[in-house]
Amino acid sequence: MKAVIAENLVKTYNKGSVKALDGLNLDVEEGTVLGVLGPNGAGKTTSVRILATLLSPDSGRAFVAGIDVLKHPDEVRKIIGLSGQYAAVDETLTGWDNLIMFGRLYHLSAKAAKDRAVELLEQFSLTDAAKRPIRTYSGGMRRRLDLAASLIIRPKVLFLDEPTTGLDPRGRQDMWGVIDDLVKGGVTLLLTTQYLEEADHLADEIAVIDHGKVIARGTSDSLKREVGGERLEIVVENEYVAAVKEIVAKVSGGAINVDEGLRQISAPVTTGSKALIEAAKMLDEQGIHPLDIGLKRPSLDDVFLSLTGHVAEEKVVEEDLTTKGRRRGK
Amino acid sequence: MINFISDAAVITKRQLQQLTRVPELLLFSTIQPIMFVLLFRYVFGGSIDTGQPGGYVQLLMPGIFVQTVAFTLAGTAVGLAADMQKGLIDRFRSLPISRSAVVIGRTLGDGALNIVVLTAMGITGFIVGWRPTSSVFEVILGFIFLLVFGFAMSWIGVLIGLSVREERVATNATFIVVFPLTFLSNAFAPTTGMPRPLQYIAEWNPVSTMVAGCRELFGLENQFGATAGSFPSENPLQMSIVYMILIMAIFIPLSIRKYNNAAKK
Repeated sequence: MKAVIAENLVKTYNKGSVKALDGLNLDVEEGTVLGVLGPNGAGKTTSVRILATLLSPDSGRAFVAGIDVLKHPDEVRKIIGLSGQYAAVDETLTGWDNLIMFGRLYHLSAKAAKDRAVELLEQFSLTDAAKRPIRTYSGGMRRRLDLAASLIIRPKVLFLDEPTTGLDPRGRQDMWGVIDDLVKGGVTLLLTTQYLEEADHLADEIAVIDHGKVIARGTSDSLKREVGGERLEIVVENEYVAAVKEIVAKVSGGAINVDEGLRQISAPVTTGSKALIEAAKMLDEQGIHPLDIGLKRPSLDDVFLSLTGHVAEEKVVEEDLTTKGRRRGK
Repeated sequence: MINFISDAAVITKRQLQQLTRVPELLLFSTIQPIMFVLLFRYVFGGSIDTGQPGGYVQLLMPGIFVQTVAFTLAGTAVGLAADMQKGLIDRFRSLPISRSAVVIGRTLGDGALNIVVLTAMGITGFIVGWRPTSSVFEVILGFIFLLVFGFAMSWIGVLIGLSVREERVATNATFIVVFPLTFLSNAFAPTTGMPRPLQYIAEWNPVSTMVAGCRELFGLENQFGATAGSFPSENPLQMSIVYMILIMAIFIPLSIRKYNNAAKK
């Protein structure tokens, strides 16, 4: 059963001159986490906003828990939770006030709203800060409260739009912990991120999007495999480089790459750990002790680079520059 | 329907709660109009000859009441633009609530704030010599007029706030709307001193009809001397009612529509 389906979504801005979504297709299996990975401006937020009923697409269809998002947005709103890039809570009010307000807006009784607020504050380690205005919270605390507010009705489907963007490493770790717990609780989650590491850590499946389209889809492992297999990498003292090159040639059928500067010999292998053990055995027989030896699997960075021809982070900078340029141009 | 009322009530409550969490908010929204009362009363009061028993303050108070409630527009616009900017409106729109509840709750909350502000100004006015000479009933009716006018203006604020989407822009935009509106009127000085074309604009200005209407309700005969003889200046109360209905009939549907489409930029 698919909990989220997006079919051929198209969305343009500025009378068609900016194409945010260009025929986007997505689906999320119930009870799993889909990570939507892409650089700024790839269409991540636009997709989430459409699925969360905030935005209508120019064309295409979308379903959440089997309900047509465009035809019955009110029904969808009753079963989803949304937490965005910015903590969308009332900063002048306290954490407690906010949770009660949103609880009441979800039509909980006064008592039910209170009980739920107590529970959520506890779950997100915010009990001590409950009576403080949100503006005194740290970035991580704000984001946690925002997430708590989106969980008041125990949504069937949760949308998290870049939940850790702008957080410090500590805040990001905390947030990951919280999201991990939610996922264990069985929620269906669609998460967008520009952090490759984050998608790798949190998502069961990853959809890589660029220019408003899904350009690759699969588990983190399968995406990495698609980009290229494992490589055996050995680092040794200079005097052994030639000998090691011969050993590597025996276990690998492919081209051997020697980096003199790094004293590193590497080559693609198809037999995985078997190749590693064989190479290690031969090194040992010849009395060579490598400084480092291992199998390297391609990172999601490599995946992104090979799929889009650019690195995710670099794209972010470019986007920033072009938007600034455009603004200045006006 | 019950949900709609309770949703709007939650939003109104949120705004009143903000006042208790940030008391400065209430303090400054009250101090500013009080400051205006004192400044106008003592800076211009001596030099404007009104031919009015009780002096300038009798004419000033209705003017400044109307100016203050007209500025509700700014409060609403700035508040909504801030909610927009912070993504709070997005969150509200992702909830299963009636779509107009958020803006209606907001305008009612801003209206409730006006009760506090008008009370504080009324007391200040009384201290500096303002004395309504009409019946208690008429005075109360005058204040109800002011509150309804503030509520109507608040809806113009909704449209501005949701259109500009940024707090600072909203502040500037509303000043450009409200300042000419309140000064191009009979609120602080007679319209008879203005160039002829401006006189007509000033007299047709809803702020002027409101001010003249309130002066009537507070028991003043004199409306700053002669007028250009326009219909609104002769029938200020009737015209004010017409204006309030017009403003609400135009801006409530427009604003609710704008809210529903808020994200579809």
